[in-house]
Amino acid sequence: MLTDTLATVALAIDPVPWARSQMAFTLAFHIILVPLGVSWSVMTLIANYRGIKHGDQDAMLLAQRWSKYMAVTFAVGAVTGTVLSFEFGLLWPKFMGQWGAAFGVPFAFEGIFFFTEAVFISIYIFGWRRLKPWTHFWTGVPIAVAGVFGSISVVAANAWMNSPQGVTLDSSGKVTDVDPMGVIFNNAMPLMAAHMVVAAYLVGGFIIASVYAAGMLRGRTDRYHRMGFIIGFTVAAIATPVQMGVGDALARWVYNDQPTKFAAIEMVPRTSSDVPEVLFGHLNSKGQVVGGLPIPGLASILSDPSTGTSTVIQGLDETPAADRPTDHQVDVVHLAWDLMVGLGTLLFLLTLWWWASWLFRRDMPKSKWFLRISACTGVLAVITLEAGWTVSEVGRQPWIVYEKMKVEDAATANTGIWITFIGAVILYVGLGVTTILVLRMMSRRFREGSRVDEADVPYGPSDPGVSSGAEDDRAVLR
Amino acid sequence: MATAAAVVLFAAITTYAIFGGADFGAGFWDLVAGGSERGERPREVIDHSIAPVWEANHVWLIFIFVVLWTCFPEAYASITLTLFVPLTIAALGVVLRGAGFAFRKAVLRTRDRRNFGAAFAVSSVLVPYCLGAVVGGIASGRVPSGGKAGDPWDSWVNPTAVLGGVLAVCMTAYLAAFFLVRDAGRLSDESMVAYFRRRATAAAVAAGVVAVAGIFVLSNDAEYVFDGLTSRALPLVVLSLVCGLAALVLVARAARRGARLAAVGAVASLVVAWGVAQWDYLLPKTLTVAAAAAPSGTITAVLVATGLAAVLIVPAFVLLYVLDQKTLLPEESLPEASPR
Repeated sequence: MLTDTLATVALAIDPVPWARSQMAFTLAFHIILVPLGVSWSVMTLIANYRGIKHGDQDAMLLAQRWSKYMAVTFAVGAVTGTVLSFEFGLLWPKFMGQWGAAFGVPFAFEGIFFFTEAVFISIYIFGWRRLKPWTHFWTGVPIAVAGVFGSISVVAANAWMNSPQGVTLDSSGKVTDVDPMGVIFNNAMPLMAAHMVVAAYLVGGFIIASVYAAGMLRGRTDRYHRMGFIIGFTVAAIATPVQMGVGDALARWVYNDQPTKFAAIEMVPRTSSDVPEVLFGHLNSKGQVVGGLPIPGLASILSDPSTGTSTVIQGLDETPAADRPTDHQVDVVHLAWDLMVGLGTLLFLLTLWWWASWLFRRDMPKSKWFLRISACTGVLAVITLEAGWTVSEVGRQPWIVYEKMKVEDAATANTGIWITFIGAVILYVGLGVTTILVLRMMSRRFREGSRVDEADVPYGPSDPGVSSGAEDDRAVLR
Repeated sequence: MATAAAVVLFAAITTYAIFGGADFGAGFWDLVAGGSERGERPREVIDHSIAPVWEANHVWLIFIFVVLWTCFPEAYASITLTLFVPLTIAALGVVLRGAGFAFRKAVLRTRDRRNFGAAFAVSSVLVPYCLGAVVGGIASGRVPSGGKAGDPWDSWVNPTAVLGGVLAVCMTAYLAAFFLVRDAGRLSDESMVAYFRRRATAAAVAAGVVAVAGIFVLSNDAEYVFDGLTSRALPLVVLSLVCGLAALVLVARAARRGARLAAVGAVASLVVAWGVAQWDYLLPKTLTVAAAAAPSGTITAVLVATGLAAVLIVPAFVLLYVLDQKTLLPEESLPEASPR
């Protein structure tokens, strides 16, 4: 009786919004770990290089500790990434059934890079003591290279959903032929991949810098903390200006190739020229822009500076309502866009301050306020990243494969998704909280036990007087 | 072309069964190692054994999925639609397991270690059970083709699926025990060598009993695979049996070499036997390999990627294992002065 009632309730629940929520939630979680996976290894290698080349013990300690943190964040990233490969099928079986032959191609290559990353990260993390310094350094390099190419491959698959090329369909819509190069190097791929890779360095750099900025504000202004901050911030300060250019180019690509998404981004209900750039605001029930702060003509000027305010931007009304984002989704895309551009600009100004200070004073900014803002940049950069990803994904709605398949036609018919969604949220919240607690616990222990830890010299004998491998190992284990 | 892709798929499944299996099985022995004091030393050996390799071992699972959904998208859609429940549990288990293991290494307090260790160990049994049940559901022909969902419960709660799950857990424990005998030997810890040798013997007997019982289950519940196992895949079944017996004799006689290799051979030939037995079906009796295959452009791309992987990844893997086996990747433990 009870099970019957429950079954009826479960049957009445539409799986599509739950599938969408679960995918969005698990991806939003995973994407935070991506920058760390891609760029932290590079920062660690910078410190490692300095440590070997200049005999810098602070740098060496930094590299060694970072690699220990990386072991944790990489593990969390690896398992949350594995979940995604289950979810493609569990949540979107019809999408995978119809398009897997094309969508899967970039993942076949991503597999190579992920393998490389997993193998070398293990060698690097566990190789500190027994490998020769430069040999050990070089085992870290493939991690950095694989991280870049791995994320390019994944973004290529996502870009293909925006620009589905390289496939031939028969009259029933079945894929009959696939051109792998056409799939991987689709029109959206170069700029989207560049945008994500640079974002990984930008966000990763700011996350690391913000942790050390917080430490410095608490009075830990020793050389070690300063160096941690400088390495992180420098990486971010190189990536941020580059990202302004890449982001601008990508926006222009969307303007030319996905005008409906662009109309949602700029919140343009009707095709016109001299379109204002509305900061915030939303669409009312009649589909008109209300609220917000309009800057006259700016959206047109930014879309194509050569024609200025006379640039025409296609409106939402050019696309049938069923084939474009709903008004509510347009609000979300537009807000996310404002957040991304706004926060990105703020971070860019902060890096200008940084570069100006180095240019004129040959030192990092002295102001407490610089450190205070920097301590927030980790969180701000993550919000920027999530906002940018929201623009890309929600802006594509209602399509899962642009103009070829809608999200609602791709989802599983399994009505139990709401249960797995709740399970995933509980598990991931627990995972997120625990990850942060564990990282903090490690950091506290490193500080308290720094004397002990320094005895733990990398590249040195781990236990003086013991030379045989097996005994040495037991000494470590005990 | 489709055949080549199917061979790649099965090679990946076999590799995962061995390396991922040994890794899951280490979690099984962690689970049954007893209280925090009694189980301390075995857990140290387990930690030491799998810490450098566990992430790389599980990339195989992702590779299997990628080959499956890229080369055989229809089969992937049918499998994920029908076997939704065990696959979801496996996915969540993968998270618990990896995170539990990584966190346990990073904390020092006994209470924390026990909690994370429990998450790691329990999911180490749960995940192979679910994956084994998925194999059983497929092998017994309960997954329909054409992107239709089969029965959400019967597809994995049936004799063959239960057999698949139990056999998977037995085989992981079996493999792991043989690997751990070797790893304990490398640490020159004779008491642990004896400890895992006893467990290897027990697991070998258990896996053998389940496998024999499985013959009767399959003959009633999965006829196509049963027919295959008793005809064209018979040499492989016999090979598996011979390897299994050899491993048992070698480990019981405390032979220095060969036992682990024989155990690997027993599991590998059994997995390959399954593949040969259900040939040329991907989903027995409903979907053949040829019918499920993606267009040739896709399969070429996957084969190229596989070739690149063979050139790039295999040497990297060999390097990792050689370094690990030469104990050049010692436990990079955290500062040890802190109180336990």
